[in-house]
Amino acid sequence: MTILAILLIVIGTFFFFTSTVGLLRFPDFYSRMHATGKGDTLGALLSLLGLALLNGWSLTSLKILFIAAFVFITSPTATHALLRAAFDSEVKPWTKDGKIIREGEVRRK
Amino acid sequence: MSLEKFFLINSLILSILVLLCLYRVVYGPGVFNRLIGASVIGTKTLIILVLIGFLYGRVEMFIDISLVYALLNFIVTISAAKYFQRTGAM
Repeated sequence: MTILAILLIVIGTFFFFTSTVGLLRFPDFYSRMHATGKGDTLGALLSLLGLALLNGWSLTSLKILFIAAFVFITSPTATHALLRAAFDSEVKPWTKDGKIIREGEVRRK
Repeated sequence: MSLEKFFLINSLILSILVLLCLYRVVYGPGVFNRLIGASVIGTKTLIILVLIGFLYGRVEMFIDISLVYALLNFIVTISAAKYFQRTGAM
């Protein structure tokens, strides 16, 4: 059980590392959001799951699992809201040749 | 390697990652890059708080702090996104 918990925590930390590298290295706002929105959610979920396993059966473990569920719901919601706000205030997406490709129309306020 | 050492090393790695994310908060072009930097730092701080609870042997106290931190992180991100959506900041 301890081995499994430690493995989960290590994998979670690896996902945090991946999301940080994406945040630092990607070229524009949308791709950075793509890296951090998923990597952070999964990293937090796996780390908290491992910590709850390590703690054993108790009320504290239930609270840790509650935090994991909370993060699993709210982190994609926050990502979505932030992306919508950036799209509405016309942050330009990055393309390879510098031209803007945008299908459809920007939703006006 | 004892379990406490593992917690210590893990939280140190997460702290270094927080410092790396701070680069995006300070230098990131525009408001939204800074906002995602802050959001990522909040999520990492959540895990660091639980790890500190395990290190001190008082998990049941630090869990509540971590829960409040998760709530605050969510509310800050949502409200800042709504605010900058309305004003259209660059």
